[in-house]
Amino acid sequence: MGLPLRLRAALVSVLLLVVFLLAWQAGTAGFRGGGAGLPAGMDPEYAKLMGITASSSTSAMPSPGDVGKQLWALLSDPFYDKGPNDKGLGIQLAFSLGRVLLGYGGAVLVAIPLGFVIGMSPLMSRALDPFIQVLKPISPLAWMPLALYTIKDSAVSAVFVIFICSVWPMLLNTAFGVASVRREWLNVARTLEVGPLKRAFTIILPAAAPTILTGMRISIGIAWLVIVAAEMLVGGTGIGYFVWNEWNNLSITNVIIAILVIGVMGMILDQILAYVARLVTFPE
Amino acid sequence: MSAYLSIEGIARRFRTPKGTNTVFEDLWFAMDKGEFACVIGHSGCGKTTVLNILSGLEEPDGGVVIMDGQAIDGPSLDRAVIFQSHALLPWKSVLGNVAYAVASRHKDWSREKVRAHAERFIEVVGLKGAEHKRPAELSGGMKQRVGIARALSIEPKMLLMDEPFSALDALTRGTLQDEVRRICVETGQTVFMITHDVDEAIYLADRIVLMTNGPQASIAEIVENPLPRDRRRLDLHKQPDFYALRNHLIDFLVERSRVLRDSPPAGYDRRRPPVVRPTLATEPVGALSPRRTAGG
Repeated sequence: MGLPLRLRAALVSVLLLVVFLLAWQAGTAGFRGGGAGLPAGMDPEYAKLMGITASSSTSAMPSPGDVGKQLWALLSDPFYDKGPNDKGLGIQLAFSLGRVLLGYGGAVLVAIPLGFVIGMSPLMSRALDPFIQVLKPISPLAWMPLALYTIKDSAVSAVFVIFICSVWPMLLNTAFGVASVRREWLNVARTLEVGPLKRAFTIILPAAAPTILTGMRISIGIAWLVIVAAEMLVGGTGIGYFVWNEWNNLSITNVIIAILVIGVMGMILDQILAYVARLVTFPE
Repeated sequence: MSAYLSIEGIARRFRTPKGTNTVFEDLWFAMDKGEFACVIGHSGCGKTTVLNILSGLEEPDGGVVIMDGQAIDGPSLDRAVIFQSHALLPWKSVLGNVAYAVASRHKDWSREKVRAHAERFIEVVGLKGAEHKRPAELSGGMKQRVGIARALSIEPKMLLMDEPFSALDALTRGTLQDEVRRICVETGQTVFMITHDVDEAIYLADRIVLMTNGPQASIAEIVENPLPRDRRRLDLHKQPDFYALRNHLIDFLVERSRVLRDSPPAGYDRRRPPVVRPTLATEPVGALSPRRTAGG
């Protein structure tokens, strides 16, 4: 085959998608007729009484076509607002993104300077290590009751949960990146009589930037995972709440659409940071 | 007469659970302005530590170093270091690396002035046209040229080199030695250099400091280079005194570096190690050398 690898990979991707959609279509089509017939010999009245005819004349599981139609409808009017339980997909997504960016931004402001301190000071590194080791493995949602009680505001609590879950990877990666800046680069700065502040910005920051960005990329992934769960708990707005609300409405179509949108948005966030990481990475 | 650089009784000791481990102590050596000195000795004798103390990156455990009338107290722009591993900042271009040093030296200079100054030194080391390349795009020899340009660009009082050419192939090493010698002779630069390469020392140095093996290393002797100042690398081996000098240095590395530590000669004074000048006419120095004729 003379085709370049990228093109061949894209062809395989499309093929897999088509196979998946066809299987989905076949699966849902089979479901439809399934519950119509009565078990042989059963009295129709008895069947009605048992609820057999009522339940499954049609399944709630939509076909790919249904999802596509609904997706188009939702995407063509993403910003409508018809009260608290009926908002456009764009509005819900904007709420989620806003919370993630607030919590994540706060985590950046705390984790990177603190990581610098930990990375540069062996004393602080050892002193803070036990706290970090204990706090890091705590599921971010475990903080939720404590946040709700102390902050007394569900929206801010969700932001806090995002903050607490994004802070650890960034903190640890920054500390590691700063601590492992090559000695010879620091010696260059010392022989050139570069002051500590200028050294931090012109030597340590660029040298540690790729490692810091790796931490930021891990964090944004975790933050986006956690926001869905947090909004299911907190409720009100956001894509996580949308998923739960549509589950209560038994609209599996909308749940599937929300899952799709969450995935695409997560990919976009990850790619943005991957792009920034490429900018600050240097070949050695 | 007070020397330009004066190493006065410096020592380096490590404390281990078994007691104090002395790498070297009571080391004395002086250099004049414009002089090129090479240090030769086996690994572990503390050569690099001496150089780090001169640069100010390390502090001696005793003694002082006085440079141009001032005791060395930490790193300074007066003493530029050329690192063995070139130590370029990989996220900066060639120009960026040199300009970083220039801007550190001249904090009040405008951007254009810094750039022009950096470009001048990039041209001196023959890298014109490669200013915007990153270090990763350069060969080993070119990287070390950038290191040299960076060191020269701050116009230091003294240049410190830690085996700067040891990672390079023989051909590149030769051309870089030529350029370093040309630049240092032209500018009258004072240079302190560590090397493992006897021929490099013979070509570049005015005086060669021989250090005995560590631990408890000391300066065994100071060898004056008898070769003419206008020597050229390619016909170095045709100089009449070349083999006398070379044999003396090799002899030292092979045997005397060890023997002289364990049993220093009678009358050995740490402050004034013996000065020798091996030539075709002289017998090889030191009673330990069995050879009757020097050189060849």
